Amino acid sequence: MPIIEAGTAAPDFTLSDQDGNDVALSDLEGQTSVLVFYPLDFSPTCTDQLNVYQEVLGELGDQGARLYGISVDSAFAHKAFQDHLGITFPLLADFEPKGEVAKAYGVYIDERGHSQRALVMIGPELEVTWSYQAPTPLEIPGANLIFDALDERQAA
Amino acid sequence: MVIEYGSYECPFCAKADALLDDAPVQRLFRHFPVDSKHPRATTLAQAAEAAALQGRFWEMHDSLMTDQSHLDDPHLWRRCEQLGIDLDRFESDRRSAEVAERVKRDFRSGIRAGVATTPTLFLDGVQYPGVPNAALLERLG
Repeated sequence: MPIIEAGTAAPDFTLSDQDGNDVALSDLEGQTSVLVFYPLDFSPTCTDQLNVYQEVLGELGDQGARLYGISVDSAFAHKAFQDHLGITFPLLADFEPKGEVAKAYGVYIDERGHSQRALVMIGPELEVTWSYQAPTPLEIPGANLIFDALDERQAA
Repeated sequence: MVIEYGSYECPFCAKADALLDDAPVQRLFRHFPVDSKHPRATTLAQAAEAAALQGRFWEMHDSLMTDQSHLDDPHLWRRCEQLGIDLDRFESDRRSAEVAERVKRDFRSGIRAGVATTPTLFLDGVQYPGVPNAALLERLG
């Protein structure tokens, strides 16, 4: 199944964040959200990606966008990873059933047991407004893609 | 010409820089400080830009890249002494709004160009993330 496309209703989910608090799709109602699917906590490439997003978090916030990282790691690993990186946006644990949300959004890689590197923007009415999947999990989607998608949203 | 986005606290940037030193190509360095990963990155980028205001950008750049284990303020002052940089002016310039804006402008241009890791090189408009490999260095030579 390919990555979910713009215009589709966002598949429902409820996942624990790094502090053990549930975050549900319905919590994202009324805001613009970006789900940042990444393969694994503590892998070198992910580390750079989330650090760079952290640096532009303020600017993304100014444009009304909130980021949520998602991987198949547990909440405890997410907590350690968040502390390690010094990042402040939530990390959601797609841990049990493993990768269920990644599968629902069409970004799970069965043979590897983790997700693609992908970005999914969800509008205030919980519809997918934009999605992007990196050609390979080794390539990092630049934050420019998120800014461009936000610009398009404002132009529309 | 090759454009290099990098940071003075990033060891991979030091490696890329050393490789580029040997390549006969015109270089443009742009700051891409990621403070959540490298806490001194912005401070060091501002130090290099303050040195630039006294005509010593590449001297400070090379000094930082070739010794990343001495990056605290007293080390910066010692580097200034060695490079003939006026310390009072350096200290005020590196905290100035002008220098801060200069570094931010580089960072923003990197974000807009899709930079997501350091170092990242651009050659003929194509992005090459990471330390340049042999094939890329060959093209620069």
